[in-house]
This record gives sequence, C-alpha cells and structure tokens, in this order.
Amino acid sequence: MMLEVRDLKVHFDVSRRGRGRTVVQAVNEVSLHLERGEALGLVGESGSGKSTVGKAILQLVSPNAGSIRVGGEEMTRPDRERETRLRRTAQMVFQDPHSSLNPRMTIMRSVAEPLILHTRLRGQAMRARVAELLGIVGLPQHFQFRYPHELSGGQKQRVCIARAIALDPDLLILDEPTSALDVSVQAQILEFLRSLQQDRGLSYLFISHNLAVVRHLCNRVAVMYLGRIVEEGPTEEVFRSPQHPYTRALLGAVPLPQARQPLAGDPLTGDIPSPVDLPPGCSFASRCPQAIQGLCDRRAPDDFVRGPGHRARCHLHDPARA
Amino acid sequence: MTGTPLLAVEDLTVEFDTFDGVYKALDGVSFTLGRGESLGIVGETGCGKSVTAKSILGLVPSPPGRTRAGRILFDGDDLLEDGGARVRDIRGIDIAMIFQDPMTYLNPVFTVGQQLVDVIRAQQRLMPASERMSRAGARALALEMLERVHLPNPERQFSAYPHQLSGGMRQRVLIAQALSGRPRILVADEPTTALDVTIQAQILSLIRELIASFQLSVILISHDLGVVATVCDRIVVMYAGQIVEDASVTEIFDNPQHPYTQGLLAAVPHPGRPVSSLSGISGTLPNLLDPPSGCRFRTRCERATDACGTRPALEQLGTGHRVACWHRGAGP
Repeated sequence: MMLEVRDLKVHFDVSRRGRGRTVVQAVNEVSLHLERGEALGLVGESGSGKSTVGKAILQLVSPNAGSIRVGGEEMTRPDRERETRLRRTAQMVFQDPHSSLNPRMTIMRSVAEPLILHTRLRGQAMRARVAELLGIVGLPQHFQFRYPHELSGGQKQRVCIARAIALDPDLLILDEPTSALDVSVQAQILEFLRSLQQDRGLSYLFISHNLAVVRHLCNRVAVMYLGRIVEEGPTEEVFRSPQHPYTRALLGAVPLPQARQPLAGDPLTGDIPSPVDLPPGCSFASRCPQAIQGLCDRRAPDDFVRGPGHRARCHLHDPARA
Repeated sequence: MTGTPLLAVEDLTVEFDTFDGVYKALDGVSFTLGRGESLGIVGETGCGKSVTAKSILGLVPSPPGRTRAGRILFDGDDLLEDGGARVRDIRGIDIAMIFQDPMTYLNPVFTVGQQLVDVIRAQQRLMPASERMSRAGARALALEMLERVHLPNPERQFSAYPHQLSGGMRQRVLIAQALSGRPRILVADEPTTALDVTIQAQILSLIRELIASFQLSVILISHDLGVVATVCDRIVVMYAGQIVEDASVTEIFDNPQHPYTQGLLAAVPHPGRPVSSLSGISGTLPNLLDPPSGCRFRTRCERATDACGTRPALEQLGTGHRVACWHRGAGP
C-alpha cells in the first residue's frame, strides 16, 4: 500500500480576540488509500478540503487527528529523520507553477535543489542529473540557464514536475497542476503525466475540481464535499452510475464540449455552507434534492458499500431503511 | 434576422504601445451579432477575445491602447466616430457588460442596494426627462432586478455589503446592474470562470432565462467550449488576435474546418466520455510584438506551407460558416 489515510481531521483555529472561538473544519473523518502505481482523483469544489488533505499528507499542515501511512511507514507526526524519508518518497506539484519557482534561481538551480538537500550529488554529476530530468519532462537543455520569467506557464509546470521527480519518489501529489494552463497546454501536460506514470510506476494523488481531467487520468476517484468524502469508487463506475446525490449534481453541472447538450435537470440551488458552522446531520442536506426531512438534517450518514470498492455516504443507501 | 445586424464589427485592429514595441492585439477582426442571437467567442489566453469585448464598449485604455483601423456599427451607427464620444451614450444603456471577477466590479464600502440604485440613477440621467423615475422608483426597480436574478432574500441582501455575499450571489448582483438599463446587448466576459461548477450551472441557467425574458442579444466570451456550447447559437474561434473560424455551434463541434479549431477540440478532455488520448497543440503562442506574417497560426500548424505567409481571408462556406485557412478541411 502506497498511501493510507485513516480518519484524518484538520481544523484551523481562526479565532480573533473578543469574537469567540471560530474553527474552520476543513477536513473531517477522511479515509483513503492508494495502491502502488494507482492514480486516485480527489475532486470537489472550493472549500471542500481537497487541497488540505494533500498538504496534510506531506506535513505542510498538521492534522488534528487521524493517521497517515506513506509506503507502509507511519508518518502522522514524523521526527526529523522520518520526515526526510517522507520527502524522498512523496513530492508535490502545485497549481501555480510561477509562484512555486524562486524567481531568482535559474531552472538548473531550482531542479537541483532537492538533489542538494537530499543527495551527495554535486558538480558534474549533479548537472548531468538535472540535464537528464529536463530531458524526461521534454524541455530543451539550454533552459537550464534561464529564469522562470523567461518560460511559459506550461514550461514552468514541466520544470516543477522535473523538480518533484528529481529524487525518484514513489508518490506524487498533484494539486490542480493544469488549472492555470490553457487547454492545448493542459492536454500536453496530462498526456505527459500519464506516460510518466506508466514509465516509472508512480502513484498519483490527483487533486482537481475538473471532473473531465480526473476521468482522463485516474483509475479511482473520491468526491469531497465540505471536508468529507461523500463517494469513492472506480472512476468509470462513479461517472457512469454516481450513487451520491452530490456526485450526480456535480456531474450534471459540467457543461459538455459538444453541440447537443443533454437535457439537464435543475441546477443545485444555494451555496456551499460555511465550514465554520457545519450543519448537523449530512452536510449536503441543505442543497440535496432528495433530502429526507427529519433524518438527513439530523443524523450524519455512514458509508455504505455500493459495489466492489465503491462506497457512498448517504442515508438513501442505508440497507436498514429499505 | 432582417436588414442590418444589431452589431457589426468590421476589420477591427487594436494595438498597444509597450516599452518593448507595439503589441498587435487584434488584427482585422470582423463579425456580426444578429438580433436575439447569442454569440460565443472562444480562444486561449492572449487570443484577443477580451480586447474585442472591451473595444465594443470603448473600455480599452488609451494610451497605451490604440484602434488602428476598423468600425464598430451598433444598429448602423459607428461607435468609433468622434473619438468614441458616441459610445458613452450607449454604454450601460444599450450595451452592458459583466466580468469575470464580480468582486472587483463592486465597491466594497457601499451596500449592494446602494450601488444598484446609483447605477440605475446614472442610467436615468441618459434618458429623456419624461421617462426618468424618482429615487423611490429607482429603489423599487433595484429590488425588482434583484428578484429577477433570483438573489435569495432580496430585501435583506439589499443592505448587505459585497464581502457578505458568495461569488455566485455577487455575479447575480452584477447581472442585475447590467440589465437594469434594459440593454439590447449583454457582453459577458468569462462570467463563470471564477465560480465553482455547481454555481456556474446556476449562473448559466440564469443567463439563458434572462436572454428570453429580456430579449437580449449576447456576446459570451469564454475559454471553455462547454460553457459556450450551453448558451450560444454561434461560435467565433480566435487565435492570436485573428478570427480563424466562425460557425454555428453544431458546425464548430461536428464539422470544424480550421486546424486550430480541430486542435482545440482534440485537446479538451470530455467529462461525459471514457478515456481517449488527448493531443495538445505543440509550440507556443507567437509573440504579438512581432507576429508571424499572414496566418498567425502557421508557426504551430501541421498543414502550414509557403502559402500561409499570405493572410487567408475569412471565406464563406455557406450557411454562415466562415473559415480563414488556405488548407481548410476535415483534416487527416
């Protein structure tokens, strides 16, 4: 097992003096697992907590509860030595390649950074490794001497990917890696990520709000809403027969790039509730077209199995109700 | 469609002066918008779709912007005559615009209602005296507009500040502002790009509803082919400041003729279909400080030949389908 997250909880205390206690419940009871060589898509709208899950796995935010195992090793509150190992096993690629590169470092220096921190490679050997990495991500060698502002968005994202794979990690956490890019460039990066995964047997945790992109790249998908995973399953199954009303609404809301639009149902009404005061019961109840009065708004649903590896957190699937 | 089109843009050429030289943002852009028509303009970053929209409303800052050539005819009147004085009479009244980030276009220190009333009163000042309404009338209209864009709890939200509203609600307020002058054309520049997909669906469905109830003609600008397909009848595809193809939604998706349109369609992952491989368009956007002569797509085009050094005209293929390419066709 490459990655195993159990009952992860991340809350942010944003209290200000004299205004009482304010806690943003970003992630609640999130459990997920990722096999070696698998790509898991984590989808959701803004505020769903998908990025926080990714950051918590890499210890960029500290979880309040739950356990995280990476490559079989407990990484929930790692000591320095284990954290160093974590960084060699798992790396992250962020949404905005421009702000993830130091403007005062050449591309060579940026890509060499993990090598300097984690390996003994120096001088000629290090430069050879950087050249090799640029070759893997399909950038010409003379880019080594350039600065980030001299590159286009797609080229910068390739540099970030080169840096992320510099230490030969097993797991890549990709947080909206193509959202800042134009579609023609996005297509190049997606195809590249797919071949990279096949060539090196990488595991991906792919965080995105774009369902089409996730369907394209991932074998499994987990849908998040207000800090919880509401549905998880094999990608094709979730897209073909979504079980949670939220997943159904989300899929129905995506405008299709084709001439004839299918007859869409009414869009979801209302906004996502604030993660500061979460409603009791199911967090989707306030917008759910199938909510059951007196049940969904009172009691939070459990996870129910809907098929092999397919689960949905919704009262409608409670076998005890039928 | 009878007689003159509601809006005709002819040979519009816009440039910007920069320290590095002249940036040739638009190069001979021509299209028309019929009465009651919804036109989508799509293209990637830097293709000139927003500059086109802003030019129609005279919102391109000058300097550094400069309209080198072209005419913008609204109902037969050239809006660019008298150095753009004419456009001030129609801006916000006959042609209104909404933008990508509604927060930027709302004043954070005034309530939503106050701003809406101010906009309505400004619009009134441009109307004949006999048609003007009182302050109370403006307030009533503001409330009515907030109801028509389905803002929940309009009476309460009337005295809310913009930061107290969600992104979707702010966009509704902006739409209410734009439509309160009863415009004939609504220009929407990436109106849902900053919104989540379920909220985007709400706003797109609202725009479709308002097109019918206000009898609007719409120019919708987006980088998302799906968004344009759900709202528009016709699509103009732009690349690097030029129009490459202009056709009905059905023709663009089912019978694209320009290699760029075909490349764009092949690059978009389809949310409703299982995996197939995507093909990007190799190369990068040309530098518009020194664009290639002729067809600006030729530096990335697989079909490019010497002929492409001369600019291809937008050629009519019948049934309103126009393509600018020497090697047009269904492709390999």
